[in-house]
Amino acid sequence: MPVEIDIAHVAKLARLDLSPDEMEAYRSQLGVILDHAARVQSLEGEPEADVTHPLGLVNAFRDDEVRPSLDRAEVLDSAPQSRDGYIVVPPALEI
Amino acid sequence: MSGLSIAGAATALRDGTLSATDLLSSVLKRASDTEAQVHAYLNIDKTGAEEAAAQADADFADGIDKGPFQGIPVALKDNLVTRGLETTAASQILAGYVPPYDATVVTKLRSAGAVIVGKTNLDEFAMGSSTENSAYGTSYNPWDITRVPGGSSGGSAAAVAVGSALVGLGSDTGGSIRQPASLCGVVGMKPTYGTVSRYGLIAFASSLDQIGPLTKTVEDSALTLSTLWGYDPLDATSYRGDYPDPTGELGRGVKGLRIGVVSQLRGEGYEPDVEAAVSGMVEQLSAAGAEIVELSLPTFDIALSAYYLIAPAEASANLARFDGIRYGLRAKGDTTEEMMSRSRAEGFGPEVTRRVLLGTYALSAGYYDAFYGQAQRVRSAIRVDFARAYSDVDVLVSPTSPTAAFKAGERTQDPLAMYLSDICTIPCNLSGDPAISVPLGVDHDGLPLGFQVMAPALGETMMYRVASAVEELAGFNLSPELAMVAS
Amino acid sequence: MKFEPVIGIEVHVELATRSKMFCGCAVSFGDEPNTNICPTCLGLPGALPVPNAAALDAIIAIGLALNCSVSPTSVFHRKNYFYADLPKNYQISQFDVPVCLNGHLDISVDGTSHRVGIERAHMEEDTGKSTHLGGGGRIDSAEATLLDFNRSGVPLVEVVSRPEIYSAAQARAYAQTLREVVAELGVSDARLEEGSIRFDANISIRPVGDETLGTKVEIKNMNSFRSLELAVAYEIDRQTQLVDSGGAVVQETRHWDEEAAVTQSMRTKEGSSDYRYFAEPDLTPMEMGEEWVNRIRASLPELPDARRARYQAEGVDSVLATVLSSADAPIRRLFDATVAAGGPARPAANWLTGEVTAWIRKTETDPEDLKLTGDLLTELIALVESDTVSASAAKEVLDGVLLGEGNPAEVAKARDLLQITDTGEIESVVDQILAENPDALESLRSGEQKVIGFLVGQVMKATNGKADPNQVNQILRSKAVP
Ligand SMILES: [Mg+2]
Ligand SMILES: [Zn+2]
Repeated sequence: MPVEIDIAHVAKLARLDLSPDEMEAYRSQLGVILDHAARVQSLEGEPEADVTHPLGLVNAFRDDEVRPSLDRAEVLDSAPQSRDGYIVVPPALEI
Repeated sequence: MSGLSIAGAATALRDGTLSATDLLSSVLKRASDTEAQVHAYLNIDKTGAEEAAAQADADFADGIDKGPFQGIPVALKDNLVTRGLETTAASQILAGYVPPYDATVVTKLRSAGAVIVGKTNLDEFAMGSSTENSAYGTSYNPWDITRVPGGSSGGSAAAVAVGSALVGLGSDTGGSIRQPASLCGVVGMKPTYGTVSRYGLIAFASSLDQIGPLTKTVEDSALTLSTLWGYDPLDATSYRGDYPDPTGELGRGVKGLRIGVVSQLRGEGYEPDVEAAVSGMVEQLSAAGAEIVELSLPTFDIALSAYYLIAPAEASANLARFDGIRYGLRAKGDTTEEMMSRSRAEGFGPEVTRRVLLGTYALSAGYYDAFYGQAQRVRSAIRVDFARAYSDVDVLVSPTSPTAAFKAGERTQDPLAMYLSDICTIPCNLSGDPAISVPLGVDHDGLPLGFQVMAPALGETMMYRVASAVEELAGFNLSPELAMVAS
Repeated sequence: MKFEPVIGIEVHVELATRSKMFCGCAVSFGDEPNTNICPTCLGLPGALPVPNAAALDAIIAIGLALNCSVSPTSVFHRKNYFYADLPKNYQISQFDVPVCLNGHLDISVDGTSHRVGIERAHMEEDTGKSTHLGGGGRIDSAEATLLDFNRSGVPLVEVVSRPEIYSAAQARAYAQTLREVVAELGVSDARLEEGSIRFDANISIRPVGDETLGTKVEIKNMNSFRSLELAVAYEIDRQTQLVDSGGAVVQETRHWDEEAAVTQSMRTKEGSSDYRYFAEPDLTPMEMGEEWVNRIRASLPELPDARRARYQAEGVDSVLATVLSSADAPIRRLFDATVAAGGPARPAANWLTGEVTAWIRKTETDPEDLKLTGDLLTELIALVESDTVSASAAKEVLDGVLLGEGNPAEVAKARDLLQITDTGEIESVVDQILAENPDALESLRSGEQKVIGFLVGQVMKATNGKADPNQVNQILRSKAVP
């Protein structure tokens, strides 16, 4: 059963601005990979999905202590655009 | 000199026959002789390395000894963040990015007196098996520069193989340390998940990623692991219990051990030379007193499928932060949304884009259960299979890679063929267990082949014991021939 | 057709921990932009989250206070969506196994109480703050957006009610009561104006008698309890009119415009319904064992509901109990100390919510610095009840005590406020008054009752209020018989 892929929707979810040609190429590659990946459905039995740590770790917490923050100038230096201590981006449309 | 092991260099540095500065010079010389062909490094930090080497020599002179890494030249895969030193993960989206902090493993190496030579090449964001997916050019295999070094830690593997570092750090999500180690004729090891801090490792798939060493020898590997691992409060998945001693049983042989041979990891798709070399080693282990057990682990047949859903799913979230806002490449756009989507499309290469799309799809409404959810169930089943096997045997063995180094460009147009390069290494990432690749010898083309030893979680002592036996039995002592790499 | 509104409320509570949810940056309101940031809360490559144990303590406390059960195990999930002030472009939140489940909160509107079910309370992290520049402040005409990540990663508890709120007044009462609980626990500043507690409402309408829910509209941006009530009322009206005129409600998010007092449709986030939740692989599962939950339970303060009930059991009427329950903590402590010292509950509550509170306000004293104790108030009440000082003199005694002039007896004496208990002394004053008012004496003797009141007043005036009016009354009556 070929896997159906709404590639434009997936690209939008992933915030990737792809051309129609690129989308078509990825759609067909994803189809091949997902065909192979669909073999996971051949697993016999219904074991629980496992999200535990391999060593069984639980409750990894830290104490509520303040640690030094980064130097702002250094952070803003890495940012493509900044002003008055803020990082600047083009206007956000979706809120 | 650059062909020295860590253990050998450590002795020479202490008996006064070698200085850290001289050792570094020979490593840098080796790099300048080979980089044009091999391209192991993205960035060599000559100044920083020279300062560190001078410091190590000054410390030796003052009687300060920080342990086996003092004065040892180390190469870091460029997905480990280094304060003040450009870190790109071989991606255009991080071009010019200089991190404001060090990864925990980098902090550990620095405080152990190590000399960081530079940052090595990788497949972009560690996604690949050939180092061809780097935005900054491919790396080549020192044994045959028309071939790939494997990946994604191909730069570190090639650097150690060629002697432009004594040890390299890599990261292993589906085999990214072991497979290039196998293809480059060095030792590559992935520790038990949670034992080496991931803080400062640019995440690919958080539940699978582990940092580990690429070295000339098994002993060096164990020494490096002893330095790297340990509980880190900055990584919530870091193991807080007792750690075994990796060097504890080196050289003890295999007499009386039960060694399982995985029947799923051979046959169709495996090169005859690979199968012959692995069978030969299994016979030698048997002759050395090990009991060999044939074991079937049926879930290994679908491990690759599960991996190519779980890893991209996690990656799709891990790579969401690369959006052109706080650091890295920013494309033009009239709105935040437009700017983000363009920056990501421009900044990510094709393999990264492919996996982000794949992972987004596998998690999306309507497909989650059939893909991501089901892959997690397969992961549980794999853990059960492993547990059953380790109730019977001490270690499991297999080839590390179904083939020797392949030609550059051979698999770049066929993602699935590339993915199959990791078929032997992926199960241990899904289970979280440790595994190591040890060089066995070379095939009929003179290309190195690797032997994988897998052990249960925290079974590093036993894993290294068997690995050291394999190393001794294989007697592999070749280096890539200078003639092949000299210009 | 008659419609009824059905409302569910989501509350985001910012916790007042010292450090953030997953990193060591300070939680601090109003600092210079981008000064409390680190690799983790800025989403730098390679950084990892480590959860703050104090935040987990706080959500367990909130859950217990809201009568929730605490899940034995719980996990964090990644909620994936792209937004400029969300540095990782996923929020670490919770999905199918939140820390707290299935609770309730009792609210009261106009004396009628109503129980609102709580579906869940889960742990998550806050986003940074966006400021939209240019274009007159309207988001859709902004020229640029400024980002401050100080708030990024501040611990948030999201409390989700069941759709069991049926009026704007109930919505307001729910929000106020919940705020009161959170403030009492001390886990949050709970300041609406600073955004440390935020309310979103989901509103739908359905024909009265229907069981199924109508299409819901989410409304945001209510910065006060009043605007929450207004916004909910507006939205109920809007939907009712829409359906009455043959229209249909569209599922959407609407923004409360405070100035225009209307809700307005917001641009929808495309694909926002697909958050692609999956278990956060950077974090381990959590096990909230009995020991942990019991430790938090033992540390819980008395909550407003329980406190009101206790006051009533101690003999305070319901109105006064409600007033006292919402009084400042030092006042409430004084009440408990007075009761513990053997003082009667009702007069103690009266004194504390009345005269003492008025005195604090008048003198602008910090309630923590009051020179009153449970023993002193008990003594003062005893002086009144034993007629040692009159009710009016007692207010002056209180003033003296609060000014540090001594204990009530000492103040009464020093300020000459003790009642005259010597019968002879009172009798001579009575005689004097009767001598000065022969007409009144005549009326008294002829059995006219009205005049007694006048004469008692005269005697009290002559004694500066120190005589016991009952005693005066008795003596006067004895004089009526010649
Ligand atoms: Mg929320
Ligand atoms: Zn931080």
